[in-house]
Amino acid sequence: MDKKLYIHNYCKIKNNSVNLNGEIIYSDKETEMTVFLKNVYHFLGLKYAKFFKMDSLSKIAFLTSEILVNNAKITIKETNTAVVLSNNASSLDTDRKHQKSISDPDNYFPSPSVFVYTLPNIGIGEISIRHGLKSENVFFVFSQYNETVHYTYENSLIQSGKATTVLSGWTNVDDQSVDVFMYLISEKGSIPHSAKELIKLYKN
Amino acid sequence: MELMNKVYITNHHILSPLGDSSIENFNNLLKNNSGIKKHRRIGKDSFYSAIIDKNKGDQLFAEIGDVELYTPLERLMILSVSKLLGASNFKINSKTGLIISTTKGNIDVLAKDTAFYKDPSRAYLPVLGEKIQGFFKLKNPAIVVSNACVSGVLAVAVAKQLMQADLYEDVIIVSGDLVSDFIVAGFESFQAISSTPCRPYSKNRDGITIGEAIASVLMRKTYDATSVDVVEVVGNASCNDANHISGPSRTGEGLFLSIQAALKEAKLEATDIDYVSAHGTATIFNDEMESIAFQRAKLDKVPVNSLKAYYGHTLGASGLLETVIGLMSLHQNTLISSLGFDEMGVSVPLNIIKENHNKSLSVFLKTASGFGGSNTALILKKNSRKKGLN
Repeated sequence: MDKKLYIHNYCKIKNNSVNLNGEIIYSDKETEMTVFLKNVYHFLGLKYAKFFKMDSLSKIAFLTSEILVNNAKITIKETNTAVVLSNNASSLDTDRKHQKSISDPDNYFPSPSVFVYTLPNIGIGEISIRHGLKSENVFFVFSQYNETVHYTYENSLIQSGKATTVLSGWTNVDDQSVDVFMYLISEKGSIPHSAKELIKLYKN
Repeated sequence: MELMNKVYITNHHILSPLGDSSIENFNNLLKNNSGIKKHRRIGKDSFYSAIIDKNKGDQLFAEIGDVELYTPLERLMILSVSKLLGASNFKINSKTGLIISTTKGNIDVLAKDTAFYKDPSRAYLPVLGEKIQGFFKLKNPAIVVSNACVSGVLAVAVAKQLMQADLYEDVIIVSGDLVSDFIVAGFESFQAISSTPCRPYSKNRDGITIGEAIASVLMRKTYDATSVDVVEVVGNASCNDANHISGPSRTGEGLFLSIQAALKEAKLEATDIDYVSAHGTATIFNDEMESIAFQRAKLDKVPVNSLKAYYGHTLGASGLLETVIGLMSLHQNTLISSLGFDEMGVSVPLNIIKENHNKSLSVFLKTASGFGGSNTALILKKNSRKKGLN
């Protein structure tokens, strides 16, 4: 018998506002994406120096997971909480920075602290370090948020016993624009876990 | 828990500096031939790498498609999948999934001197997915798995999960990354590139050698007379170290947990593993971490190799490429030597395969670890065709 699963909570960041379970908890009119992300960090009252070393993709995944975990009525356990993220632009925001650093032979300055972020799954590593998650993790890249694959994979991880909770969603950063939709899937909650509900919440 | 469908790898293809078929590749390994050579670069030091002959690839591609419409990586991926499907009775249908394993895809198009520089959309991984999907007229959009150096192994695990959940009946996986200035400059900035062809687990190892390859597999819930070297995927797990974004855990925690979880799913013990196809990048920290994780998993006495000194580190392809060589090893009951190994250079001595030799094999473990603290373990079991379905 399959376990009955729910979207425990969800958080979206788009157009300079942060939305938790359908309510806007923060917004501003900042035009610089990196400053907006710093504003959200301060709004949340976080003290985590590593945040300032992260690229924007890792920052949005980190901030959103802080909001979800801190507002969850379930415990996020180290080997039971899987992390499944996806986006469209992979790590191109940082890839372009690395490319710029190697394009001019007279001004050649590739840096390991930039290069490491030229992989989209680094944000999963950052979340895992923060919450001690030694669990299943994967990063998918799709043309758009793929609710069918997300639903099927999240459900499969829990039904096959590989996780009890899944921290999942869409984390896209491209050209100064942020689009985040993340959520926790667990046996506790009120919104049934289905592809239909996921795409409804994402588009809403 | 419900009884899960069995999932098999039924066909495979490798396109690499060591050949344009899995057999040609395996035969080169039987002769311990390496694809790594010294390459000159304009304005920079020469370096060791294993690079595919693109001219030869383009000649072959011209027979099936328009060379100018596709990037170098797309052409090679399409070639590999064409050969994979051409050798099988399998027909693409509405329940066929496509998974692409790559870390950087067409990242070379960001450089001004490349043919597709004027088409910035080409750097996006979903566009690479659309090109492969479109060429083979697949109904389902591609899933790109981009999870650093574990991508190729993880892609098989993802395919298994999605097939057992009945989203797909069968899955084509194609994996690949090309050697680019982007990647080489990045690893150089980490001072991670070896000054000689890489020497996994050796005392004097000093880093990785970058390589390029395309590996593709067909995964099905059944198999037929055109299936080759069939293996069942019996266990998979992917556990994060939760320790550091660019260095492996000193205790091998994530890799150890991944192996334990994969064994549990497969209902097997460490003593059931006949062979370990390890990651073995030849960096100081990776190889050391693996030795500790293997000891914790009681696998340090099991024959183990790294194939990196044959192919270099082929990034998004490496896990799948090494899975294919591993399953061929099972079916040929042949262990391939871990090329480049001289003197034990990890603190837990491993049973490194020093010479090719025959051994009865039925189950092997494939592992990989990468940036972001990622680790993946996959357990594959040889299937006897004689008892087969169909």
